[in-house]
Amino acid sequence: MKNPRPNSTIKLGEWLITFFIRAAGYVSILYVTLIILFLLREGLPAFKNVDLSSLFGEVWYPIEGYYSIWPLLFGSITVTIGAAVIAIPLGVGTAVFISELAPPWAKEILKPLVEVLAGLPSVVLGFFGILVLSPFLRQALNLPTGLTAFTGSLLLGWSAIPTIVSVAEDALNTVPRTYREGAQALGTTQWQTIWGVTVPAARSGIITAVMLGIGRVIGETMAVMMVTGNAPVLPEGLNAFFLPIRTMTATIASEMGEVAQGSIHYQVLFLVGIILFFLSLVINVVSFMVSSRRMKRTERLLS
Amino acid sequence: MILTPRNKQKIGIAGLIALSTITVLPIVALVIYILVLGLPAISWDFITSFPQDGMRAGGILPAILGTVYLTIGTAIFSVPPGIAAAIYLVEYAPDNTITRLIRIAMINLAGIPSVVYGLFGLGMFVIFLKFGTSILAASLTLSIMTLPVIISTTEEALRSVPNSFRVVSISLGASRWQTIWRIVLPQSIPGIITGIILGLERAAGETAPIMFTGAAFFLPLLPNTPLDPTMALPYHLFVIATQIPGMPVQVQYGTVLVLLAFVLGMNVIATLIRSRARKKRQW
Amino acid sequence: MDKICIENLTVRYSDGAESLKNINLSIPEKTITVIFGPAGGGKSTLLRTLNRLNDLGDVAELSGSVIMNGVNLLDRQTDVIGLRRKIGMVFSRPVTLPLTIFQNVSYGLEVAGERRKPVLQNAVESALKQAALWDEVYDRLQDPANALSGGQQQRLCIARTLALKPEVLMLDEPTSALDPLSTAKIEGLLMDLKNELTVILAPHNTQQAARLAEYAAFFLQGELVEEGDGTQMFMKPRKKKTQDYIMGRFG
Repeated sequence: MKNPRPNSTIKLGEWLITFFIRAAGYVSILYVTLIILFLLREGLPAFKNVDLSSLFGEVWYPIEGYYSIWPLLFGSITVTIGAAVIAIPLGVGTAVFISELAPPWAKEILKPLVEVLAGLPSVVLGFFGILVLSPFLRQALNLPTGLTAFTGSLLLGWSAIPTIVSVAEDALNTVPRTYREGAQALGTTQWQTIWGVTVPAARSGIITAVMLGIGRVIGETMAVMMVTGNAPVLPEGLNAFFLPIRTMTATIASEMGEVAQGSIHYQVLFLVGIILFFLSLVINVVSFMVSSRRMKRTERLLS
Repeated sequence: MILTPRNKQKIGIAGLIALSTITVLPIVALVIYILVLGLPAISWDFITSFPQDGMRAGGILPAILGTVYLTIGTAIFSVPPGIAAAIYLVEYAPDNTITRLIRIAMINLAGIPSVVYGLFGLGMFVIFLKFGTSILAASLTLSIMTLPVIISTTEEALRSVPNSFRVVSISLGASRWQTIWRIVLPQSIPGIITGIILGLERAAGETAPIMFTGAAFFLPLLPNTPLDPTMALPYHLFVIATQIPGMPVQVQYGTVLVLLAFVLGMNVIATLIRSRARKKRQW
Repeated sequence: MDKICIENLTVRYSDGAESLKNINLSIPEKTITVIFGPAGGGKSTLLRTLNRLNDLGDVAELSGSVIMNGVNLLDRQTDVIGLRRKIGMVFSRPVTLPLTIFQNVSYGLEVAGERRKPVLQNAVESALKQAALWDEVYDRLQDPANALSGGQQQRLCIARTLALKPEVLMLDEPTSALDPLSTAKIEGLLMDLKNELTVILAPHNTQQAARLAEYAAFFLQGELVEEGDGTQMFMKPRKKKTQDYIMGRFG
């Protein structure tokens, strides 16, 4: 090269940009750390100010100082179980249909619709729940109110479907074509191939899909707050499913706006947030490990 | 009927078709329902005027503008670090424990319930940094929530650029950054834009993270500075659907339709960019 | 005169892939040196080591020295980017950058900081002429490079390294993806180029090696079996392994 331009300014600019990029690489760790710090900072004092007997009692009635997290935990679990029962067969079934059986035109319809569902704001689902679904359920099932755990489960089931469908479909698509062809060369029907070969081969991906879907359900806030009736009570019997309940997320959302900053009630709501945070942490890290184990195994198979 | 493998297959496939139909029918129903009931409520006036009569009449201008402000704010705080973080992960990060930790942190961020983001935003931005309930605090909160979406879609776009381009560029004496700037980024821009829009779409529709950090029940005036609170479409919908007795349904349906158009409109734009870029792709 | 002196070079990848064991080899200036042998023998590793493309991969072990112009190329202090401009590399698959024909050729100069239009234009023209491509593309320099045929693309790849006025041109099986006609063109081009610079070629078959070799080195399983005058090596190899390979008994 003859006589290239002196480019120390280019070098400096490049150094700055590279520095910014490297720093930004760690931004996720920074944010997670900050989130943990601030949740703990605001929430941990609750342990000092509230009796354990109250925290693990039976009643959530903050005005009189009853801060039991059991009714809220129970509400979240009830709704989550209901939503999972709905979302798992629908989500996995749709994913299998899209990836294994659907003709191209059906894919062209199904996939965008699932994407539309993924894009629907939670509050829109909740709105639809209040205005359409819950009056319908109240009449159809002859209930005193349509705002029940069941209504919440229905809505949340649907809100979990896009996650399950897209992650499970990805997992099914990564199963090598040769597996399927090999099985069909042995004379099995397409149906037997799907359940005997393809789905088992994509098992860990499907498990990840279901876990991430459940993670979404637990964290869902607006829809569930609007349609489950806002009743933080422990159930009396098995019909709890058709009674109003309240989840942890809904409790935070509906009460945080009215508490005084730094009050005991405020601290306990942060404590509930801490529980939610660690629940989602466990679910996500475990499903990450399940799916990365799957990647390692395919890498071994391919090498 | 005898269950031969063939018959079993027929029943099974019919079952899967049924499941898929059950999955998507309510979505179609919901969208049509909202369209049919919402369209009559939409008028120029509805979009461009202030709420009146305790929000039971008038328009939703402040809510629409507020959502626009929040979306722009979120973009400002999430796009630069999101793209940079993705570039780091794809082009620079070594395969070691810290990188794995970054991945776990990212996946964790993506899974945190939106209401917990709201708590965090309240604790850090509103109270600790003293931004108050404001557009600034709400945008920052939403930006952290949006970040993992932007990072992972940008990563995907960067990874789709063939590695041979990078090797050739480096072999011609380009530095890593020159290779990224001149070759990798121009090739992945459509994918990155798609990812950004999808991330912002989610942020625009969120309610829980802004409830305690920046959204206001009702404001008679538009916000003047980023330190003012604002009305926002999703929160406004929540308010008029649950908090105001005697709310005319027409206003509700109009609001939900505007929100839906806002969010799904972004979705459509993102899809268009993606499919056009796929067709134009040069390799 | 020797252009590059390789002494005791050992390379090992962390995944155990192709490696080099204690290589000693001198590459003469302005000559076509052919590095041949069966796949996995270490040819590509050697080329990648010379312009430090190995820096991008997982190298577990790297020792020895490669001296060019009195400088050890493997030294950490060595300016890698300057080095890559002096030692051009052409790959087996013609990979054109997603840019125009002009931009592909000017790329190396532009990233080196050259922005003067006339300088770039002159460089592009002379590089394309040197690579015997000018006559075919002079009227469509602003077209995307991937509109060219495979053979043209490979000559474009040669042109864009020549634009940097390298002292050494390395080619790793440059004709393996090309038809016989394009192959002949590129071989003729190399015969011309060797008058101006040092050419190191990993050929994609023995015939090509025999056709072009002025100086030759035979690599087998990471070891240098034999080196010496090209014609002699293919007429009368000294080692039995070399003979077996040339006669087509393995590989």
